[in-house]
Amino acid sequence: MPLYFMDGNEAIAWGAVSAGCRFFAGYPITPATTIYAAMLKLLPPLGGVCLQGEDEIASIGFCLGASMAGMKVMTATSGPGISLCSEQISFAIGSEIPVVIIDVQRLGPSTGSATRGADGDIQFLRWGSSGGLPVIVLAPSNVEDCFSLTRQAFNLAEEFRCPVFIASNKDIAMTRESVDLELSGKFEAKNRPRATRGKPFLPFHARSGSLVPDFLPIGDRTLVRQTSSTHGPDGYITTDPEIIQETRDRLQTKLTSSIQRYTFFETFIEEGSETLILTYGITARAAREVFDEQKEKGNPVSLLILKTLWPIPEVLIRKTAEPFKKIVVVEMNMGQYVGEIQRILPKKSITFVGQMDGNLITPEKIKSGVTGE
Amino acid sequence: MNSYLNTKRPPAFCAGCGHEQIAHALDKAFAGMKLKSSKIVIVSDIGCSGLFDVFFNTHAMHGLHGRALTYATGLKMARPELIVIVTMGDGGLGIGGAHILAACRRNLDLTLLVLNNFNFGMTGGQFSSTTPADVKVASGFLNLLEHPMDICQVACSAGATYAARCSAYEAGLPNKIESGIRHSGFSLIDIWGICPGRYTRKSGLTPGQIHDSLEKLPPVSGVIKSNNRKEYGRHYREMADRQKPATPPVQVRTRFKSSQSGRQEIVILGGAGQRVITAGEIICYAGLTAGLQATQKNEYNITVLRGPSVSEIILSANPIGFLGITKPDVMIAIHQEGVKHRQALFRNLEQTTLLIQADDVDVPENAANRIVIHFDTQKIKPPDRALAAISVLAKLGKVIDSQMLQAALKLKFKDKILEASLQVAHKIQMT
Ligand code: SF4
Repeated sequence: MPLYFMDGNEAIAWGAVSAGCRFFAGYPITPATTIYAAMLKLLPPLGGVCLQGEDEIASIGFCLGASMAGMKVMTATSGPGISLCSEQISFAIGSEIPVVIIDVQRLGPSTGSATRGADGDIQFLRWGSSGGLPVIVLAPSNVEDCFSLTRQAFNLAEEFRCPVFIASNKDIAMTRESVDLELSGKFEAKNRPRATRGKPFLPFHARSGSLVPDFLPIGDRTLVRQTSSTHGPDGYITTDPEIIQETRDRLQTKLTSSIQRYTFFETFIEEGSETLILTYGITARAAREVFDEQKEKGNPVSLLILKTLWPIPEVLIRKTAEPFKKIVVVEMNMGQYVGEIQRILPKKSITFVGQMDGNLITPEKIKSGVTGE
Repeated sequence: MNSYLNTKRPPAFCAGCGHEQIAHALDKAFAGMKLKSSKIVIVSDIGCSGLFDVFFNTHAMHGLHGRALTYATGLKMARPELIVIVTMGDGGLGIGGAHILAACRRNLDLTLLVLNNFNFGMTGGQFSSTTPADVKVASGFLNLLEHPMDICQVACSAGATYAARCSAYEAGLPNKIESGIRHSGFSLIDIWGICPGRYTRKSGLTPGQIHDSLEKLPPVSGVIKSNNRKEYGRHYREMADRQKPATPPVQVRTRFKSSQSGRQEIVILGGAGQRVITAGEIICYAGLTAGLQATQKNEYNITVLRGPSVSEIILSANPIGFLGITKPDVMIAIHQEGVKHRQALFRNLEQTTLLIQADDVDVPENAANRIVIHFDTQKIKPPDRALAAISVLAKLGKVIDSQMLQAALKLKFKDKILEASLQVAHKIQMT
């Protein structure tokens, strides 16, 4: 197979387009800018829209408007920009607006280092919105993941009408690698379920048997209401505690009840090994080397690479971790996901290996976490 | 006359609120234009003006404070056939200032109704970006310290193609709104009204006083000729139509057999202007032509025209895991800045490492096997240094060979540039 040579950001752009994305808006920010640059080349010739917002708030706002008009939309940014997006993310969660948000993480806090990587936004992506309701976060480990997880992100955004994040990292985004992809290969793009016309349309009513309201675009023959205020099924403000609680329950369970279906991961399990390395993102690559090396040495370890981070794939984590004595959680931050693992696996011995100095975590460092030396 | 007002949800403003007049005027404007309700979307901001969408039987989108224009922009770009009306108070003007300026500059066909009542009605009458300094409001002495903004003047200087200032109480308001809607481009209508709930209690402002104040100001009443230009959406589509389809990234087929096994790490330490990144890419292409996997990680200054430029390349017959380089097999030192940037790496070099070093670059003590190249005497210009250096590798058959290099150059370059690069690759001497 002929190989492509591209970086993670390019792969995200091509993945988005092949998933049916025809609207992108972004604001230049290292290391996410090249996604915007790629979308600007890709979308206009396809009849799509690519805009540069006056800031990240505008960029995601454009996306929310276009999504409500029925388009598949995406924005891409990094730490300082994702921080600005927070209020709009809450809007998309509470008002069920499909949007794919790429966070190419860079070393923070704050402005931090534009050209150094880290996985410092993992909890921010989950909790960085008012209301605390769940979102979906997928984490690529390589260029191929950037392509395929972005496509999945669009399908999930459509299916569940919610924001879906790709938690990328500068070191995936801007590293080019050889990759075997079919850029325009077959992909079953999903579309948000459409409401049947004729009946009175309740924009936030979920049919029985479904947890997601059927969609009609703003501009349809039937009038559509969208609002960021606490609303009932009809899209008007409500103060009815029962309706309010019911909706919050639905917003929560629509994601948590279906997590099995979109739990993306890789496992490398070695019989007889006592330690399970659990990691995600770019760090998975170093962990994979440790796995190979230990296997060769006859002192094997096992490895779980999570590609769905939120909602937490608890079932997978529990089941995979079950036979192991020791769990080593490796993260390119000061310890964000490890707290979740401690909560899920209270009886296991859990070691954390973390680093946030702008460099990649080396296989040696992971090994020392495994051996305790 | 046909009405677009939602009879099930009649306007619920305080008695005497200027917003009510504006709601009716907007309704009349729609009716006058005989618009289909399903062709209209009202995007409302936050505050009492944010209730607007509820009172109409149209499409509606109500979002966050100051951001109404952002949703409206997305909607209009996605569905150009829609009439997009944005209602926003003077609070939204302040917090959404950047969006107002951008909307004026962009000239997308939106109509912004500024429901200007000089205070934050909903939260208790605090001062806004339009509150006069001499009026007592709910912000203590703070508004005395700030100057109110004239949004029409702001719009004019930001490039708005249409702006109008008027009173909520004038009979011609529906017509003014209609002209704004009919204008092809961004139109801003600054409508002054009273907020009996909060503002007038302390200020005593009346419709008559609004009328008098407006009379005293230079009129702003519609098309701003000096800013006249194309509507953004149409212009965008015109330009987009002319764009050529994006070229997919280069795809490389295996044609040769690599003589290398295992993982090979190459680091190029250069400077801005030496085309280091391109040279790194060429090594990767060369590797790919021999069926190898490749990764390339680059580092350069944000100020791209100066400072170090470093490229880290890994070629391997197997999938490449860890992307870091700790012990390079090949080190290319062609600029002092690059060397300075990665000084620590020299400690790790072993005798098996090949170091290609420019004669005018100093490197820290190291154990590598060194080849010094006199680029200047060989008349290799700075932009060709990196390419010349990797050509040395090809000549030595280290990591890549000449066949692979030539194939890679043909993938990367065409015509004259290809010829020139082939020449550089050919002419470079090792002594
Ligand atoms: S508080 Fe002021 S702006 Fe709000 S409805 Fe009452 S009068 Fe109108």
